[in-house]
Amino acid sequence: MKYKSQKVAYWFFALSMLLLVLQITYGFIMGFARMGMDGLHEWIPFNTARSTHINLLVVWLLSGFMGAAYYIIPEESETELWSTKWAYVQLISLALVGVITIIGFHYNFWAVFGWEAIEGRKFLEIPRQLDWLVAGNVILFLVILLMTMIKGKKTTTTSLVLFGGLVAAALLYLPGMITFDSQVYDSFFRWWVVHLWVEGVWELIMGGMLAFLLIKLTGVDREVIEKWLYVVVGLTFLSGILGTGHHYYYIGVNNIWLIVGGIFSALEPLAFLAMALWAVNMYRKGEKKHPNKTAILWTLGSAIVSFLGAGVLGLAHTLPQTNLYTHGTLVTAMHGHLAFWGAYAMIVMAMIMYVLPNLTGRKLYDTGRSRAAFWLANLGMFSMTTAFGVAGVAQVYMERIMKVDFGQVQNQLQVHFLVLIIGATIFTIGITLYIIDFLKYGLPNDEALES
Amino acid sequence: MLSKKQAQVFFLGGTAVTFLIFIMLTIYSLGEAQDQSNAEALTASAVRGKEIWEKNNCMGCHTLFGEGGYYAPELTKVVERKGEAIIKAILMSPVAWNPTGQRQMVAYEMTEAEAQDVVEFFKWCGNVDLNGFDNLVSPLAKKDQ
Ligand code: HEM
Ligand code: HEM
Ligand SMILES: [Fe+2]
Repeated sequence: MKYKSQKVAYWFFALSMLLLVLQITYGFIMGFARMGMDGLHEWIPFNTARSTHINLLVVWLLSGFMGAAYYIIPEESETELWSTKWAYVQLISLALVGVITIIGFHYNFWAVFGWEAIEGRKFLEIPRQLDWLVAGNVILFLVILLMTMIKGKKTTTTSLVLFGGLVAAALLYLPGMITFDSQVYDSFFRWWVVHLWVEGVWELIMGGMLAFLLIKLTGVDREVIEKWLYVVVGLTFLSGILGTGHHYYYIGVNNIWLIVGGIFSALEPLAFLAMALWAVNMYRKGEKKHPNKTAILWTLGSAIVSFLGAGVLGLAHTLPQTNLYTHGTLVTAMHGHLAFWGAYAMIVMAMIMYVLPNLTGRKLYDTGRSRAAFWLANLGMFSMTTAFGVAGVAQVYMERIMKVDFGQVQNQLQVHFLVLIIGATIFTIGITLYIIDFLKYGLPNDEALES
Repeated sequence: MLSKKQAQVFFLGGTAVTFLIFIMLTIYSLGEAQDQSNAEALTASAVRGKEIWEKNNCMGCHTLFGEGGYYAPELTKVVERKGEAIIKAILMSPVAWNPTGQRQMVAYEMTEAEAQDVVEFFKWCGNVDLNGFDNLVSPLAKKDQ
């Protein structure tokens, strides 16, 4: 590392890893429930497990993005963070939101204050009071970054795109806080958060992180890398904003969205394709001298797997004619897993593998364990995706074409969840190896400062 | 070759134009003339039902309009399929509903009034024109075709 204050990043990554482990635990609970083993129902019913699983996902990714930003922004701006003290305050309040949310989802202790335990809208379940805490937390985070950039010597394209993505992500949280009486409106604006995040502004965050990693790891000229960064994020918004329409086909709004959403969302994979080509080509062009092969593996892996999970598997059900049949089935779960994994989980994990040696001064990369972690996690996730996919297609066929009753179909599908659990086990072994690596690096220390 | 400046213009220009179109389409499709939901038929009871739906995180297992969890059946038009009485019985029962012998629903033990609100909410949702999805979701399509 170049600046002492970059050490803050470590603790955000550590929080990420902790929440990832918890997220996986809840995944297993649901996997078993779907196999007919719902023994925890009394304490953790499926809906509680599900909300916990997906909210933990969002929080650990955000924590990872924040850690990445606290590392990248000082380095790009060539200055220490504006305030490490406030950064730690922000870290602790983020962890607090996470803890309160998880406990609250399980035990409705807020009832004593007359608060609601849950808002019950997928991905936006946390209650209003916590929304405000999140808002305060994110504002603090953005202020710290902004002050750092202002006092810094340089403002690079990479840091602007990263910061822009983070600001836009914060703003887009707001439409999810408006309440409506109509379920149609509710759904309409839920997508302003969920879709415009993952298929819009989060891609800016990913692009910024990817650009930073490519600059550091390939040695290709910054100007070239940043030029393509603009092209990638340009394609993202060009397709992704109007692509929101692919969620408006069947929720009770005008069918003009079938045309607009169909056309523009079908273009969305181009942004992910551009991302993959960009990463691979920069790597090819580079000198291939950087010793941190593990970070390179995760970086290229993220660019490629996001194209498969978001681009290819997204395209598979995005046209209105197909989506009519697959809408709200396990096909969606198939796509959701590989897309989130490739695009956002893997980019955070790439960043961690790049940053840890720099923060701790230990060069543990490119070991058998770190390679095994990468390949097992990916093999596991691909197996899980396949299990969801086969179950999803079978579900669509039996339920929506043959008109077999929902419950009967689900009983038929249980065997696919055995495959899911096996895949999830392989995945978990990979993640365990990754976390062992994480722990072996030890704590960040000032001796790792580069002069 | 493309310069960095041109790439930046492509990004900013493309974003501005598509964002503007997006806002215009939003205003257009949410306009009163385009309403497909019978907005004026939304009763206070149905709105209370929606709150109960959210507070209990029903969407964590069920889908409605195709959104939610994939663990329990789609509930668009459920009143037409199951009838009011059965739905109310499920919501008011102290015993977990468990039709296939495998998965159980949470036993909510709602009052009669609460269950009625939820039914009113489902009825309102059932009348929304979903551009064809409402006629497809299993197994009501058996009736419609
Ligand atoms: C051990 C690993 C995991 C298992 C067994 C697992 C299992 C599941 C299950 C059973 C569901 C609910 C599907 C339904 O409604 O019936 C689910 C939802 C979800 N999981 Fe996982 N999961 C795992 C790991 C992950 C990871 C690592 C990610 C992200 C990278 C992830 C992202 C999601 C998302 C986004 C959803 C919501 C999907 C939707 O609403 O369409 N899961 N998971
Ligand atoms: C990294 C990017 C992406 C992520 C993380 C992601 C994740 C998800 C998740 C979690 C859902 C379920 C959301 C919910 O029901 O609340 C979803 C739905 C959907 N996604 Fe993506 N997605 C990504 C990119 C794409 C792309 C590029 C396309 C199209 C080419 C696409 C097409 C769809 C469609 C059509 C649905 C709706 C499925 C349905 O009707 O049930 N996604 N996505
Ligand atoms: Fe989308």
